[in-house]
Amino acid sequence: MREVVIRVENLVKRFGNFVANDHLNFEVYEGEIFGFLGANGAGKTTALRILSGLSSPTSGNVMVAGFDAKRQGEKIKRNIGYMCQRFSLYNDLTVRENITLYGGIYGMSSGLIKQRIDELLRQLEFEEYADRLIGGLPLGLKQKLAFSVAIFHEPKIVFLDEPTGGVDPIARRQFWEEIYAAAARGITVFVTTHYMDEAEYCDRVCIMDQGRIVAIGTPTALKQKYGASSIEDLFVGIARPNAQKE
Amino acid sequence: MRTVLYLIRKEFKQIFRDVFLGKAIIAIPIVQLLIFVPAVTLEIKRVNLCIIDRDMTSYSRGLLEGIQASGVFRIKQLTLAEDEAYSLLNSNKSDMVIHIPLGFGKDIGRGNPVKIMVSVNAINAMSAQLSWVYLNGIISGMNMDIALENIGSLLPTNLKQVDVTHRIWYNEMLNYKHFMLPGILTILITVIGMILGGINLVKEKEIGTIEQINVTPIKKHQFIIAKMLPFLAISLMDLAFGLVLGRIFFKMPFVGSIGLLFLSATLFLIAILGLTLLISIYSHSQQQFLFVAFFFLIIFILMGGIFTPTDSMPLWAKRINLFNPMVYQMRITRMVMLKGSGLIDIGKDLLALLTIGITLSVLAVRGYRKAV
Repeated sequence: MREVVIRVENLVKRFGNFVANDHLNFEVYEGEIFGFLGANGAGKTTALRILSGLSSPTSGNVMVAGFDAKRQGEKIKRNIGYMCQRFSLYNDLTVRENITLYGGIYGMSSGLIKQRIDELLRQLEFEEYADRLIGGLPLGLKQKLAFSVAIFHEPKIVFLDEPTGGVDPIARRQFWEEIYAAAARGITVFVTTHYMDEAEYCDRVCIMDQGRIVAIGTPTALKQKYGASSIEDLFVGIARPNAQKE
Repeated sequence: MRTVLYLIRKEFKQIFRDVFLGKAIIAIPIVQLLIFVPAVTLEIKRVNLCIIDRDMTSYSRGLLEGIQASGVFRIKQLTLAEDEAYSLLNSNKSDMVIHIPLGFGKDIGRGNPVKIMVSVNAINAMSAQLSWVYLNGIISGMNMDIALENIGSLLPTNLKQVDVTHRIWYNEMLNYKHFMLPGILTILITVIGMILGGINLVKEKEIGTIEQINVTPIKKHQFIIAKMLPFLAISLMDLAFGLVLGRIFFKMPFVGSIGLLFLSATLFLIAILGLTLLISIYSHSQQQFLFVAFFFLIIFILMGGIFTPTDSMPLWAKRINLFNPMVYQMRITRMVMLKGSGLIDIGKDLLALLTIGITLSVLAVRGYRKAV
């Protein structure tokens, strides 16, 4: 049995009368790529923000990297990486300056930052962009960079919120290669998406609909269980009947 | 501390990389000082007069010469028609009408009491009052001359009277610019710090970059310090710049200690930036921030004592002013620059600034939520 790095029990998040997360229960194991699927507004981002200490749950127990999300949000932040839906690096800083800034905030020494940046740029074949302002780079590169910044300080877990939104298929494929590389280094990857083909790349997926978890398991097991040929068919099959109840 | 340095470096890079901002930080103080210091004045000069001289004797001409020689008044119109005179007053073309009646000179000669009629446009109460005082001075001078003329032959020795000798301290030349420059400079550094610092934080909220910062383990006080120091430095730089400009263009004296002024400016700016950050952490958009910031700026400036002495304000206004950092800084700047006041003279004011600054900064740190 692998170590549990995220444990969620009866997580509820309400905004007034609206229930964004309705009694969520799941576990995420060390080193796996965990996909969080759902339509827009299903409550994926809300759950992800609670897990990363940006928001606190209305009720329920949430443990991330050994800390309680309700009371130890700042300790969680020290152990995770995060990449949000909206591109949120500084467009008016260069690639190198952005990485240096975040390395510095996470307390890395300036020598280590320099060395790691050089490695990273080489590995991403990014050397020519090192001293360019991020604002001028194509979206695919920006997203790759945002991911690199999120894992630059070698966190235990990285949270990715729809990381490939608006990115072309080739860049998306490359992006997933980066995710695999990170997982291979032992970083647990928690990723939300509504691209169903991406779900196939995950070790396990969890499908959300209207604030509730409707299915959870490995892509293969889920497809077998529901007799679907792809995750997309499965998703449409599960989510649609629920949507029609509205 | 290292974390803060990384963030501060980032702020400076962003500010000076912005072509417009980088220039504006230098250009704004130049333009404002060069325009406002000479323009904003309470001195009464060139009060436009309309004279109805029905008398036309050497006495009435003597009075008019006295008025003209004062330099305060300018005779714009000489007329015999009252209608014309009052329509000039009505249309704001003249500020004062002096009506010298027929027989003015004759009555003086005979030793009879004489009357002249003065009508003042008092829409601006302050300048009306001042011109009235000036005119009174001229007329009592004339009265004295007449009295001396009449009795001088009888009394060979000088008339006994109280003679006032006055000495003007601290601003010997009564140079209005030297009074205004410290005030304008104080307003200038306030506005620059407040607008730059506040917009900076709210903009990070608007474009979403703050989310990435909020998910890092950065401490709240580190974040607030890093958002405060760059703008504190820029405002102090502008203060230094303004002092140099004042010296060059207006021969602004600086009697006291420059170090003391910068110490006080630092405390003052911590208060201003503390408030700025407090507003901006609760604002969701630049508009929201600007409205609230503007509300405070107007209060600070108009009640801060740049034009009107804060000591003569009503009691309730004085109570409000206890919390107005600009009152302290305006006073300190003038005292240090013009009087050379030392630490002991301004110690109480410095303490007040320090208290306001710490309170607001602590509130800002407490209020800042590392959430979305």
